[in-house]
This record gives sequence, C-alpha cells and structure tokens, in this order.
Amino acid sequence: MNQFNELSASRRGFLGLVAGGLAIAATTPAKAARIKTKAKIVMIGAGAAGTALVNRLVDRLDGAEITILDPRVDHLYQPGLTLVAAGLKPAEYTQSKTTDWLPKGITHFPEAVAAVDPTAKTVSTASGQTLSYDFLILAPGLVLDHDAIEGFSLDLIGTNGIGALYAGPDAAARTWTAAQKFTEEGGVGIFTRPITEMKCAGAPLKHAFLIDDIAKRTAGPGKHDMHYAAHDHTLFGVPIVSEKVRMLFLDRGITPHYSHVLKAIEPGAKRATFATPAGDVEMPYDYLHVIPPQRAPDFVRESGLSWVDKWVGQDWAEVNMQTLRHLRFPEIFALGDVAGVPKGKTAASVKFQVPVVEDHLVAAIQGNEGTATYGGYTSCPMITRVGRAMLVEFDYNNNLVPSFPGIIAPLEELWISWLMKEVALKATYNAMLRGKA
Amino acid sequence: MEQLTLETMIAVFEEIFGRALFWGMVAVAVVVTVAYLYVLIRDREMSMKKFLLAQLSMPFGAIAAVLFVQAMTNSHFRDLGGPIDVVVLLGVAAMGAAGAAILVYTAQSLFRKTPD
Repeated sequence: MNQFNELSASRRGFLGLVAGGLAIAATTPAKAARIKTKAKIVMIGAGAAGTALVNRLVDRLDGAEITILDPRVDHLYQPGLTLVAAGLKPAEYTQSKTTDWLPKGITHFPEAVAAVDPTAKTVSTASGQTLSYDFLILAPGLVLDHDAIEGFSLDLIGTNGIGALYAGPDAAARTWTAAQKFTEEGGVGIFTRPITEMKCAGAPLKHAFLIDDIAKRTAGPGKHDMHYAAHDHTLFGVPIVSEKVRMLFLDRGITPHYSHVLKAIEPGAKRATFATPAGDVEMPYDYLHVIPPQRAPDFVRESGLSWVDKWVGQDWAEVNMQTLRHLRFPEIFALGDVAGVPKGKTAASVKFQVPVVEDHLVAAIQGNEGTATYGGYTSCPMITRVGRAMLVEFDYNNNLVPSFPGIIAPLEELWISWLMKEVALKATYNAMLRGKA
Repeated sequence: MEQLTLETMIAVFEEIFGRALFWGMVAVAVVVTVAYLYVLIRDREMSMKKFLLAQLSMPFGAIAAVLFVQAMTNSHFRDLGGPIDVVVLLGVAAMGAAGAAILVYTAQSLFRKTPD
C-alpha cells in the first residue's frame, strides 16, 4: 500500500527531472541549410498551392527574389464549403485574409495576370506592369463557368430551390438556405456534377449524402425523392469507390442517373434540362444543386501554356504528371487546380504536390535535377452522413493508398473519418499553408 | 498524411485550438501532472482515502469527455461505424477518466487537510 515510501527521490532530484524533460521538449529537429541564390521567382496565385509553396521556399532559399501575384483579398478554405452548405459551419469558417498566410521577405502584388510570355520569361499584370522571371510557378486555381448553364446566374443561389456551393462562402451559405427549405418541406432533390475535370469530385456526392441525411432526420423518411445526375457511367472516377457509392445510394434510396449533364434550368418552372446520349431530358425539381463546368483561367491558354490535345476547351497547363514541370518550358511549374494532370484538384493533392515542385525548383536553382515525384495522390473524406465519412485516398492508377492501413478502413463509413474532416482537416490545411505539413 | 512528425502534430493542434489555447492547455496538463507527481513524492505515499474519491470521479470524467467531443463535432453514439471508432471513444473516455482522477487526487492533496 505504501510502496511510495520506498522511493528515495528528493525534491531537488524531482525538479532536476522536470527541468531535463523541458530541455528535451525544447529541442527541435535540425533544418536543411538554406541555399544562397539571386533567382527571380514569380508565383501566380496565393491560394492553397501558392501559399504553401512560398512558405516552404522562403525557408529553403536565401536571397531569392520572390513575387507572388494574386488579386484576391480573401483566402478560402474550400474543403469547408460542403459543411457550410449543410448548415454545419458558418460562412466565416472558410474565410481568412490572403495576406495572413504570406511570409515576410517576399513581394505580394494584389493584381491579376494578363499574360505570360514564356519565351521572353515575363509576366504582364492587369495594370500593365511587366515582371521578368527565372522561374515561374502557375497556381492560379480554376474558373467556374457558371454562364455555361443556361438560365443560371449567381443571384439565383438560395432562391427557387437552387444551390451552388462551389461559388464561395456566401453562395454556400445561401445554398443551405435553399437546401434547408427542401429538407423541411420534402419534394424532389437533384444533385449534379459537370462533365469537365473538377475540384474535389467527392463534393457533389457529399452534398447529396448530407442533405439526404438531414432531410430524413428533419421531415422524416419518405418525404424526399433524391436523384443524383452523374456525368458519365460511373459515380466516382475510381472504380472501387464508385461501386461503394452505388451501394450506399441503393441503401439511402438515392436514384443515380448516368450520363446526365446539366445544361439548362428554368428557375420559375423549377425544371432542369440534362444532355444525355439519348437527347435532352427534362426533370422537375424542388431542390437542384448546380456545379458548373470548370476550366483554367484564360491567360493559361492565351499564353500557350495549355495542353492542346488533352482536355480540349478546359485548358489545363501542360505539365509532366510526375514532376509538375511544364513539358515545353522547363522553368515553369504548375500545381493545384490548374495543373493538367489526371487527378489532384484537391487540397490533399496540393499537400503532396508542393514538396515535389519545391524539390525540382530548388534543384534547378542549383543546376541539378530533382528526384521527388507526385504519384497522383488525392484524398477525399467522403462524408456519407452527419457524423460519418469514408477516408478515400487514391493515386493516378486508381489504387487505394490508405494512410492508416489496418486502422482506418478506406471504404468503411466511420466516425473517426468524420472527426478528421470536422476537426483535424482545417488544422492540417492551415499547417500546410504555413509550410509545416 | 505525408509527414506525420511531432512538429506537424504540434502545428495541427495549434491550428485546432489556436496557439494560445493549445499551449495553455498543455501548460495546465503539465502543471497538474507535475503537481500530482509532487504530492506523491512529498507525501511518500498514495492516500487510499484520496484515491477513493478520485476513483469515484472517473466515470464522470469519462462521460464528460465523450459528451464534450460529441458536442464539439456534431456526432452521436449512433455514428460509431467500426472497431476503430469504439477504440477512439474508449480512448476519449479513458483520457477523461484519468484526467479527472489525477485532478481530484491532486486537488485534495494540495488543498485539503486529511487526518493521518
């Protein structure tokens, strides 16, 4: 009972132990030596990819002249938009200031890019200034082409049963206004996705699952007729995930419609028109979630940096899949949404792309070749209802690449995966922005 | 996760709670733990009387921790979907129980005179 009587520790000894522990805790791992350089690096875009990369570059390079161009005042935590559009988080959850995340010692130009001249190695801005570069990083994100949906305009979001969560924090909040009405009153809900490459192909599914769950718990089961319009013959680009989603849809009573691409809406009549292989099909709705076609910003194509024979009309930058280096202009890299690679328009992909570009860029500055490669890693905490998600991670080859094999099963609906999305994801994202993850 | 180092974990926790709150909580946890070790060494024994009350506080600490996590994350018991979820739930409960026990024991030792 009194085993502690045997202890002969003195108070001084105890304090010494505490001090020693604190000293060990204060020791931080050594960092790689910084490389002296006079390289001029211009970065287009201070979103997730640009910010994460610039914060790492300032730690690696000593004396580099880094300029980052981005006119956007607000930084958006885009993975949070699905939560805002389901009433789980306020719009402010996704908003911060672009400048909050940028390091000291660089130049931030709050301006849009007008054109790149990859031969002369210059960038001209919207106000007519010209910047020369030794290395150029393309990370401007992508363009949501809302005009491509006939009858749709941004001011309709939140009215007439129309939602569109991709359009930003305010649009996501208004999407919830429309979706909430639907969950309370019941009716026909249609969830769509575009035919183009898109940011986070899981988000249209998440929105369908969340609204279905909330609807059943709000108005009760049997009052909602849920439909999902897929752009091709699958529900997700990775076959094994697509099959799992098909089974979940069956379980939840969400009807899939394959090869149905939204082309027009009549807000007054609440009717949507879909292009299908058998011709146009009209469907009535009480709630319609619109995700427009997506493409690279115009300057990418106009500056001759896009793929010519792939993704025609979408204009993604022509880069090597593994190194993200431009195939015709080796001093240009593209990462994030604008990169013309088969997968990877997510923040999780950015997290894996940034160290690869960093490696090749720093090596190039030293006159060497980098060795890091990007294997197409993309991750999607696929929310399947409030409180559960599947942690789906995959690569270019449609292989599942679970981070926690044997612990967190990728195709199982789990609470822990929800916790990751709800609690840990934004924190990890912010740490990534600071170059720490 | 590509690099799951201690530095990354600390950065993530700083982001979850905010730098001040996170380090504040770490400080509180360290102070309570140090105080606990201090009273153990000072008293050169574990008082079973104090430990009894500490043990009685454990279920409340466990339940409070679970309900706190659920309230913070829009979750319910119905969301448990697999073995790992039960492990997480029990882990949260165990942390709550141990935290409550240590806190109650230390508080008694520091602030309450007990007859020898």
